[in-house]
Amino acid sequence: MISSSSLFERRLLARDRGAGVLRKLWSIPWLFVLLLCAIAGIGYVALTSAGSGNADLYANRHALRFGFCLVMMLCIAFVDIRLIAALAPLGYLVGVGLLVLVALHGQVGGGAQRWINLGPFQLQPSELMKIMLVLALAAWFHRASWERVGNPFFLLPPLLLVAVPVVLIYKQPNLGTSLITLALGGVVFWASGVRWWKFAGVIAGAAAAAPIVYANLRDYQRARITTFLDPESDPLGAGYNIIQSKIALGSGGVWGKGFLQGTQGHLNFLPEKETDFIFTMIAEEFGLVGALVTLFLLLCVVAFCLLVALRCRHQFGRLLAIGLGANWFFYVFVNVAMVTGSIPVGGVPLPLISHGGSAMLTTMLGFGLLIAVWVQRDLEFGVARD
Amino acid sequence: MKWPRIWRRREKGGIANFSMRGVKLEEERRRAVFTRRALVLGGLQLGAFGFLGWRLYRLQVEQGARFATLAEENRLSARLLSPPRGRVLDRNGRVVAGNRLNWRALLVAEQTSDVNATLETFHRIVPLAEHERARIEREVRRRRRFVPVIVREFLTWEEMARIEVNAPDLPGILTDVGTTRIYPEGEHLAHIVGYVAPPAERDMDGDPLLQLPGIRVGRAGIERHHDQVLRGRAGAVQLEVNAVGRVIRELDRREGVPGQDVEITIDTELQKTIRGKIEEGTSVVVMNARNGEVLAMASQPSFDPNIFNAGVTAAQWRQWTSGRSTPLINKTTNGLYAPGSTFKMVVALAALEARVTTPFERVVCPGHYDLGETRFHCWNRNGHGAVDMRTSVKVSCDVYYYEMAKRLGINRIAAMARRFGLGVDLDIELPGTRRGLVPTREWREAQGRPWALGDTIVHGIGQGFYQLTPLSLCVMTARLASGRAVQPHLTRAIGGRPVRGSRPEDWPSMGIPERDLRLMRDAMWSVVNEGGGTAQASRLPGGFGMMAGKTGTTQVRRVSREQRERGFNVATLPREWRPHALFVGYAPHDNPLYAVSVVVEHGTSGSGAAAPLARDVLVDTFNRFRAAPPGPRVADAARGG
Repeated sequence: MISSSSLFERRLLARDRGAGVLRKLWSIPWLFVLLLCAIAGIGYVALTSAGSGNADLYANRHALRFGFCLVMMLCIAFVDIRLIAALAPLGYLVGVGLLVLVALHGQVGGGAQRWINLGPFQLQPSELMKIMLVLALAAWFHRASWERVGNPFFLLPPLLLVAVPVVLIYKQPNLGTSLITLALGGVVFWASGVRWWKFAGVIAGAAAAAPIVYANLRDYQRARITTFLDPESDPLGAGYNIIQSKIALGSGGVWGKGFLQGTQGHLNFLPEKETDFIFTMIAEEFGLVGALVTLFLLLCVVAFCLLVALRCRHQFGRLLAIGLGANWFFYVFVNVAMVTGSIPVGGVPLPLISHGGSAMLTTMLGFGLLIAVWVQRDLEFGVARD
Repeated sequence: MKWPRIWRRREKGGIANFSMRGVKLEEERRRAVFTRRALVLGGLQLGAFGFLGWRLYRLQVEQGARFATLAEENRLSARLLSPPRGRVLDRNGRVVAGNRLNWRALLVAEQTSDVNATLETFHRIVPLAEHERARIEREVRRRRRFVPVIVREFLTWEEMARIEVNAPDLPGILTDVGTTRIYPEGEHLAHIVGYVAPPAERDMDGDPLLQLPGIRVGRAGIERHHDQVLRGRAGAVQLEVNAVGRVIRELDRREGVPGQDVEITIDTELQKTIRGKIEEGTSVVVMNARNGEVLAMASQPSFDPNIFNAGVTAAQWRQWTSGRSTPLINKTTNGLYAPGSTFKMVVALAALEARVTTPFERVVCPGHYDLGETRFHCWNRNGHGAVDMRTSVKVSCDVYYYEMAKRLGINRIAAMARRFGLGVDLDIELPGTRRGLVPTREWREAQGRPWALGDTIVHGIGQGFYQLTPLSLCVMTARLASGRAVQPHLTRAIGGRPVRGSRPEDWPSMGIPERDLRLMRDAMWSVVNEGGGTAQASRLPGGFGMMAGKTGTTQVRRVSREQRERGFNVATLPREWRPHALFVGYAPHDNPLYAVSVVVEHGTSGSGAAAPLARDVLVDTFNRFRAAPPGPRVADAARGG
């Protein structure tokens, strides 16, 4: 792809080399980095509370991990976007390989094979896969003209790109992440200009197939849906999490119970309060105000992704930014909707706030790519071909 | 609609990058599409966040109060505090049912790394039996690890001290002190004071206290009758608990109201003295004749109520409930006997009231009484000659009472009996007390049998269908002696406040002319103190005044004519065929203080077995109260204050 760049592009590249590292450093969106630090800071406070005031339990490790991920993110931000685009297929293959590996030898956790044990780290390949999928799709659609995107045969390979990880993740089994991955692919397809009626067709088909899918769901997946529809039907069993989370949220009120004063969390009524239900913890102790402030900061990240996508002058960067933004959005939306009892519980963490390395690592990897796009947004790199 | 482009693409393949201008246009178009679609996505995402915000608003503001309540309910747990149970004191303030400190050793599994090692160490300090070990291990497995499990109850001081000293070697072992019921007098007052036991389903009367583990409710006697008073009211402590129920801290504490002490009318020393004198199958009741206070109430055999505390074993229970001996049954309130000749005063008073005779009318007793074909015998086959009312009591002439009964009819006898507390509910504070039976014509007809005149005749001498308790016989005697309708009672004071009924004036008059009563008392005096009286051998020793009374001997088997003609001698009968011996009496004759009733099962003769015992009991009673006759409780209170 580099070989096919125009003369104009080569000139720009030369100018970049001359400016050096300092120039690149200057162009990093520090306000965004600060935003990420603020979100991680909220995570630190919430995890301190989840540890009943003991920061050593979760919060300090969280901070350490975030520091590590921050450095990694900045390193990725310096990588040439063309190199990233060139490596996208390889990344995709690595992601799929890890998914296969986890299917064969993965750690069994929560009734599903999801993790690869890397010593101190536990990598969840499905998280990594989502970034790799966005990269691969962005690379594929990079040079596609409007005309070409309209060609159904051109869409078949990317559809396969989406289908392989979706099926692999579903087989783990992890319905939630598998659906999110599917939706993520859909967002990139949408942004790259696939005709809207095709989406309409697929959605109509999915609606028709829903009853068949439901019949084939695992018991625990079905239980999630039924208890979501009526959580009181099983208050001590599967519905317990949703009910207790809603009680915790609701009892927080407008101003909250105060730091370390949340009774639901500290008396262990709230399940998994340091991971999936960390947002509940925040909402209980800091009330509607704290929850909305947190939600606003999380929304700012989405907005920044959109900004990057709109300002970028190459399709790869645009698609990558919109895909990464969607990835973040799905994390946040599914998690918060889950804890407020709006959708069935699905084991989705709130990245940068929840305790846990996998989600933070992959999210920060994604933000490294996003910053790389931002820094190199004006690069003349690749144009549409018919 | 785009299908044809597959071919077109091949045609145009080479010219795509031809002009810079074309590329730019294509790029612009692509960007325009992207921008549009990205903005749609952004709008959707913003909408989604708006939805989340709205959800939060719904939960935290609109339903906030509801969820706050639910969170409080989650977190708060009210626990009841059991108040100490009130004591039962005898009339001298001696504790007859008290609370003993119960030192217990508990094990909290989560506070020790090795439960078995701790128990092994404990075993070396205080030996544990094999079954105790098994129980502890079972409970530890079954309960949450922070819930204490009882290792051993009722530890002695010495054992407690040894455990405390070795506390460092006993991780997880706690000691605490609860209370347990103790009856210091054991079997002496078991029938009166009763006992406590864990509540059963039917005891649940809505009092939250009964839900507490370790709580006991009164099961018999005073413990049961005054259970509400003794129990007190539960206190409550509000605790903060976590999701698994562990107590985090105490938020609020409201102490309960301790149970009130109940003072009973029994004199423990007297009770013990009497019990020392009686054999199995004997029951004795001593009452204050003026106010109905029961001073002693003895029934042999008895049981140790303390056994109920630790739990009654099946073997013990079998021993108590099977066989001829019935230690759990209080014969004074639940034993039913025909009154025999002790009933004759009631018939005489009924005859006087009904004016079917006068005190001076003489009835000739030839030793038998003929009614048509049937002959009814007097106990004295030689006959008593002409007897008036006073003599009829003194010599216990049966023929006189056959005649009176015939004149009266059964219902007038029954009516008078009921006025004397026979065959009616006595309202004594002993649950399960039998009412007994005083037959009437209607009662018999309700059974589908006609009342025969011959039935009336035998009922004149207290035989027949009568079933009366020794207590009711004592009440009859007290009413004869005092002329007042005293009710037997056991409660003197509750929580230090005297209850009504301890003064003679608290009880209404019987409404029987004093002249008639005086005649009866004089006749009863003659039974003991005149030559020819049936109990003259049982005269009180000098210095105690004189006793009045009446003997009774009731057959438990019918005596056939052949036996009678062969020269029937009860002493040769097997024990369980011998007649019961009864005696009712009071003393002093001129100023009645104490009424007594004695029933000796199979005692053969009232004058031989029951009267001497009654005499001894009265002597004991006089000795006991020589310094201070049992006055009303109000006077006590005044003196004390």
